[in-house]
Amino acid sequence: MTLDAGSLQVVRPDRVAPKRKARSKGASAALHATLAVASLIAVFPVFWVLVTSFKPDARAVETTPKLVNESSLDNYTRILSGDKGSFLTWFANSVTIALMTTVVAVFLSATTGYAASRFRFPGKRSLMMSFLVVQMFPFAVLIVPLYNILLTLGLQGQQFGLVLVYCTTAVPFCTYMLKGYFDTVPADIDEAGRVDGLSPFGVFWRLILPLAKPGLAVTAFYAFITAWGEVAFASAFLSAADESKTLAVGLQVFVQQNRTEWGHLAAASILVAIPAVAVFYLVQKFLVAGVASGAVKG
Amino acid sequence: MRRFLERHWYAYAMVLPVVVVIAVLVLYPLAQGVFFTFTNINEGNIANPVLDRAATFVGVGLRNYLNVLSGDPSFGSFWSTLVRTLVWTFSCVFFHYTIGLGLALLLNREVKGRAVYRVLLILPWAVPAFISAFTWKYMFNAQYGIINQALRAIGVDNPPVWLGQNDWALVAVVIVNVWLGVPFMMVALLGGLQAIPGDLYEAAEVDGATPWQRFRHITLPGLRSVSSTVVLLGIIWTFNMFAIIYLITGPNPNTRILVTYAFERFFSGASRDYAIASTYGVLILSVLLVFAAVYRRALRKQGEVW
Repeated sequence: MTLDAGSLQVVRPDRVAPKRKARSKGASAALHATLAVASLIAVFPVFWVLVTSFKPDARAVETTPKLVNESSLDNYTRILSGDKGSFLTWFANSVTIALMTTVVAVFLSATTGYAASRFRFPGKRSLMMSFLVVQMFPFAVLIVPLYNILLTLGLQGQQFGLVLVYCTTAVPFCTYMLKGYFDTVPADIDEAGRVDGLSPFGVFWRLILPLAKPGLAVTAFYAFITAWGEVAFASAFLSAADESKTLAVGLQVFVQQNRTEWGHLAAASILVAIPAVAVFYLVQKFLVAGVASGAVKG
Repeated sequence: MRRFLERHWYAYAMVLPVVVVIAVLVLYPLAQGVFFTFTNINEGNIANPVLDRAATFVGVGLRNYLNVLSGDPSFGSFWSTLVRTLVWTFSCVFFHYTIGLGLALLLNREVKGRAVYRVLLILPWAVPAFISAFTWKYMFNAQYGIINQALRAIGVDNPPVWLGQNDWALVAVVIVNVWLGVPFMMVALLGGLQAIPGDLYEAAEVDGATPWQRFRHITLPGLRSVSSTVVLLGIIWTFNMFAIIYLITGPNPNTRILVTYAFERFFSGASRDYAIASTYGVLILSVLLVFAAVYRRALRKQGEVW
């Protein structure tokens, strides 16, 4: 079974569609209007949170919303100074867990994706198939046994335990993406490397990985986002102590039973979204650079 | 055997770590989870090393399955929840795909500011899902939410109470999930579009094919393999999508799908009912496996290779 996941990540933004007849003015306006409306819908919620994040909690829930209403940086200063729970500690925890997940997941899926792309070995089909099936596992059936296993391995409540759990989510999809990417790197390169006396691992490490940087970047982005925004496992597997929480768990302090501190929540949300968006735009750059490697496509 | 190992050892060495991680953290837990469905395990009788207490749960045969499949409301009204899950899944994936395809087609044209549009359109993917959930919950608020403010401003006198105990809540979470999922489809399909050789379009144009014919006979077939992959993944992910519903509407029965109910059984209530949660998990997995098999068969009938 070969899923064509290669196309999932290979976005070559600068390759232009076949040249058509010049578009009429009306059609062009309609095209821009559609794209502009769609972009507005995509961006507006984020923009609205940004606006809200500067308002005091009481002003965030007024019945006539305004763009600016007693806006100030107070929410941010209070959150960053630790008045509202140990935000910086949660932040550090989230960063550590997300980065560890990224490194482990990219490494695991790169080796597996390469093996699946280059070698024919017995069990390959069922391996790839099982990756697809793993995507179907509802965590509801896994969560209790996982808890037990992490306890047995001594990883319960440990960040590394959570990292491994996230890898089971991220690795199957990343492997598909990277296999698709490695498929676009011509096998001649491998053979040339072997002729020059490199071992299969040497070929992988020294020749293929550098060529696959754009693919790796997208994979890293996916793994990072998976870990950064995960709620269920983090609430179940990290200890309840305040200093071990991740952001996704910690931020729920702003949503109390009967009242939500929307202004503070919005400010915290913006602070959480910044790293994710930053990672994302780093990948964007890589994608554009990835155009060049599209030239290698055999 | 030796030759076999000699030939394949590096492939296996590269695959081994993943296999170990998946076996320990997915397959073994799965087996144990399936075992739990035949017991009455809950918070009160599970082995607890912290309290130094041994497990005291007992086997109950098929009772969990019978209880759940009877559709009894105290076990989550399985059948109506399943129907709601299907409505949720297919409406989300339908809009993901159609909107994603539409935007990908537009972005695949030569249009000024294309890079800017692309960056803006992908933004929902970059924002962590739990942040998006909070955001939309804020915007959907019946009194002060910006959405109802806007509706009132354009003359809708009684805008819906979005997140209340009615079906508007389901509409609301579908909207959020569509917003969240379109960028992935768009990027994947854009990749697929760019892999279609341009000469096909030129040839078709020379032959006088209309834009619709070009779309129907070149674009859609060219996207077949990407589409079949992303639609299958989309259905699986949406079926198991938990965070959005849970964070936006909580335990609202009008937005209850199979996964959120399993989580409710797992996490809330005086005695956490692990057995019923696992039973739901196994049923979810079975539904998805059956679906994937049917889907694959249908594709194969149409001559698709995988």
